[in-house]
Amino acid sequence: MADDAADIGSGRLGEEELKRGFSDLHEPLSRSEALIAADRCYFCYDAPCTTACPTGIDIPGFIQKIRSDNVEGSAQTILRENIMGGMCARVCPTEVLCEEACVRNTHEEKPVEIGLLQRYATDPVLASGKQLFERAPSSGKTVAVVGAGPAGLSCAHRLAMLGHDVVVFERNDKAGGLNEYGIAAYKTVDDFARREVDYILAIGGIEIRHGAVLGRDVTLDSLREDYDAVFLGIGLGAVNALEIDGAEDAAFQNAVHYIADLRQAQDLGQLPVGRRVVVIGGGMTAIDIAVQSKRLGAERVDIVYRRGAEQMGASKYEQDLAKTDGVVIRHWARPLHLQDGGVKVVEFAGTALNDTGRLEDTGETFRIEADVVFKAIGQRLADEVTNDAAGGLVINGGKIVVDETQATSIRGVWAGGDCVGGGDDLTVTAVQHGKVAAIAIDKALRK
Amino acid sequence: MANLASEFLGIRSPNPFWLASAPPTDKAYNVNRAFEAGWGGAVWKTLGEDPPIVNVSGPRYSALHSNERRVIGFNNIELITDRPLQVNLDEMREVKRNWPDRALVASVMLPMNERVWAKYLPMIEDTGIDGFELNFGCPHGMSERGMGSAVGQVPEYIQMATEWAKAAASVPVIVKLTPNVTNILPPAKAAKDGGADAVSLINTINSIMRVDYETLTMYPTTDGMGTHGGYCGEAVKPIALNMVAEIARTADTSALPISGIGGVTDWRDAVDFLALGASNVQVCTAAMVYGFKIIDDLTDGLSRFLDGKHMSSVTELVGKAVPSVSDWQYLNLNYVEKAVINQDLCIQCGRCHVVCEDTSHQAITQTLNGKRHYEVIDEECVGCNLCVSVCPVDNCITMQQIESGIDPRTREAIDPVARNWTQHPNNPMRKDD
Ligand SMILES: Cc1cc2nc3c(=O)[nH]c(=O)nc-3n(C[C@H](O)[C@H](O)[C@H](O)COP(=O)(O)OP(=O)(O)OC[C@H]3O[C@@H](n4cnc5c(N)ncnc54)[C@H](O)[C@@H]3O)c2cc1C
Ligand SMILES: Cc1cc2nc3c(=O)[nH]c(=O)nc-3n(C[C@H](O)[C@H](O)[C@H](O)COP(=O)(O)O)c2cc1C
Ligand code: SF4
Repeated sequence: MADDAADIGSGRLGEEELKRGFSDLHEPLSRSEALIAADRCYFCYDAPCTTACPTGIDIPGFIQKIRSDNVEGSAQTILRENIMGGMCARVCPTEVLCEEACVRNTHEEKPVEIGLLQRYATDPVLASGKQLFERAPSSGKTVAVVGAGPAGLSCAHRLAMLGHDVVVFERNDKAGGLNEYGIAAYKTVDDFARREVDYILAIGGIEIRHGAVLGRDVTLDSLREDYDAVFLGIGLGAVNALEIDGAEDAAFQNAVHYIADLRQAQDLGQLPVGRRVVVIGGGMTAIDIAVQSKRLGAERVDIVYRRGAEQMGASKYEQDLAKTDGVVIRHWARPLHLQDGGVKVVEFAGTALNDTGRLEDTGETFRIEADVVFKAIGQRLADEVTNDAAGGLVINGGKIVVDETQATSIRGVWAGGDCVGGGDDLTVTAVQHGKVAAIAIDKALRK
Repeated sequence: MANLASEFLGIRSPNPFWLASAPPTDKAYNVNRAFEAGWGGAVWKTLGEDPPIVNVSGPRYSALHSNERRVIGFNNIELITDRPLQVNLDEMREVKRNWPDRALVASVMLPMNERVWAKYLPMIEDTGIDGFELNFGCPHGMSERGMGSAVGQVPEYIQMATEWAKAAASVPVIVKLTPNVTNILPPAKAAKDGGADAVSLINTINSIMRVDYETLTMYPTTDGMGTHGGYCGEAVKPIALNMVAEIARTADTSALPISGIGGVTDWRDAVDFLALGASNVQVCTAAMVYGFKIIDDLTDGLSRFLDGKHMSSVTELVGKAVPSVSDWQYLNLNYVEKAVINQDLCIQCGRCHVVCEDTSHQAITQTLNGKRHYEVIDEECVGCNLCVSVCPVDNCITMQQIESGIDPRTREAIDPVARNWTQHPNNPMRKDD
């Protein structure tokens, strides 16, 4: 049976169904909906939502401006702290950030819809392209930024605002990082990632060199020599391996690569989709590949995670979204073997925590047959970066070590986003890192 | 963005938003926080003679709430400053020195005795303040002692005290008026005749908030007894706007600069006051309800509004709406509007129907072919605007003019020529033309 050809095909769903599955996850608010939602804000002092926002947006302040129909002023309040306020309004897990902190939860378990209000405020500005920030007079300095993801672009924009010129080195053809290649398609429809990048670059003073790779075309040393400062926002370029036989590991597709193809696909109907899909992992990527597989027409999708629901990196909201889409989430099991004879058979071992709190196998095993198997167990720093560490870049736990100003162990080099330790691998955190680093770089350059 | 820099009687401030004389301006600590937050100026909490007055140690405030517990109206029985004069003067001097670009005005309330005014005003002016505001407005407590609104309700007293103040002061003098009068024009005229450089209005309105439903006493009380307070906040804005507009459109008083006060909460409220003739605005309750940070929305919103109107300064807005304020007798009685319901926007709540049916002109349908359907019956609609006011959906019901043809209600042809009451045949006093 395992020798049957795997059932992988494209066009499992019609155009209409695909359109439905990949349209906006949340409809934007109309003006009257926004006014009703805004009216629920208590305008807290020293607001918990603002504290919970990694970029520290003045949330009651922007909501007050929505209430008084000053939408542009509201957008400025948001973008001042977070130039990707538009993307964050779509992709932030608000249920564990600002909206979790909302005092409305106390009585009603229904927070102010901060994410949707943020989108309401920022959408018109991004649509009109009106620039709300001016550049300070030129400092005559030029900063190299590696990576045009959220961290790199946030850093570049703030540096440009502060009067510096920026050259961004970016491996890919398109800027945006995982906003463009990673985030679930239904969270950022209508080419929003590209439109946001265009808006950010329109401030001026930022040049992007596509196809320029750190470790291949430039080195950290050459950048330090040629520029007044360097910021690394390179994300995590490599994918973790499963704790199984190397050849068997290779039979698992990388969820992030498949998602990148999906995000760039002109026609979703052309993508190869398995009839039965198994996903290993418990984070946002696992949920995204599972839900998107289902919405592409997979009949059965199982997520298998080695720990319980509370330990999953994906929030409860994300888990519920997957379940609503018919994804089955199985806890407390890890893959042991994979037999690949066309159809794949994955053998799992049951897991549990032992008395000392360590994960161990229970001795039970079970098998799941699948046409496609994905691993979504996290990414790590690409080797070319770690290899370049001859210059003294301190790396710990597979991530670059930085201080509270995002400075690395090398003088003149700052880093932020997923590639540094201590973060939580969210878009909003990457934006904050880039902003903090830019402010520190500005300070250093003006000494 | 439009520059909000403001000049009132030559007193400069970076924006036209001053804090009104009240608790937010009671101490250097508060005023420093306000100026850090961006307020353009402050009228210091009203100063009086030493020894200072004493406040109650129970509730001073109470509020009228919306269902969402938004504060719509606010009531207080606080008196003027309860701190020794010298403490206030020392702090005012320091604040003005530290914030030279902000407006700092001293509010004063003194007994009706010329010598007292001559003694205190120079002392206060010596702190470096930019002007005086004479508090003829507080309607509770101080009025029982012959000050505050007890002065503001008698034009002769206003004029007399203003003359004393003008004689003793070299900086501009603003007279703060009480709204607890039947007609605001005589007090405004008296201030002008006394030599006032400007008027500010309104101070608070006599009010009792409610009853305590358990004890059946008034609420709140101090040891079981209460007294009327002064009402302010969003709810009083329309009253204040009318008084401001009256002063601005009346020949006798129109030359008086006005500082508009009463319910300013967001920038649109400021637009209301400015367009109806005020040159700047003062805020108390909104700051007491939300904190000083609201200045951000006030300035940002006003500045963008001016941009949108292609105005480069606040001055261009001042008085813009005054020519549109008139007397009822001059409204065009030949002008006809009817309500129109947008069926695509209607959520079929039925509120327009029931209020029109129960309390007005039976001009909105309830059903069509057995289904909920709300539509205006032009034959009955008098164009009153009630349905527009109660409809929960913004812009769902709009008023639209019928310019020509037959008015289905009166069955008469619409006359394109304007005709007001003074010209109307039903008016026995009409002026024949
Ligand atoms: C599938 C998936 C779904 C996600 N969903 C969410 C979500 O819903 N909400 C959320 O908040 N976060 C989500 N995240 C996380 C979020 O996308 C990241 O935290 C964020 O993108 C990190 O930004 P960054 O700038 O650090 O890195 P990246 O976005 O990874 O950008 C790094 C950039 O650097 C470039 N680069 C890398 N190496 C080099 C090199 N050597 N030379 C030149 N350029 C280089 C890359 O091409 C890329 O453009 C998701 C992540 C994934 C993988
Ligand atoms: C608690 C409180 C105390 C006040 N004390 C004074 C005062 O000492 N002197 C004064 O001129 N007005 C005083 N006022 C009136 C305010 O300055 C202002 O005229 C009034 O509240 C209307 O403005 P608002 O609606 O913005 O509050 C006080 C108001 C309040 C609420
Ligand atoms: S009040 Fe407005 S929404 Fe309600 S029925 Fe009438 S028109 Fe429709």
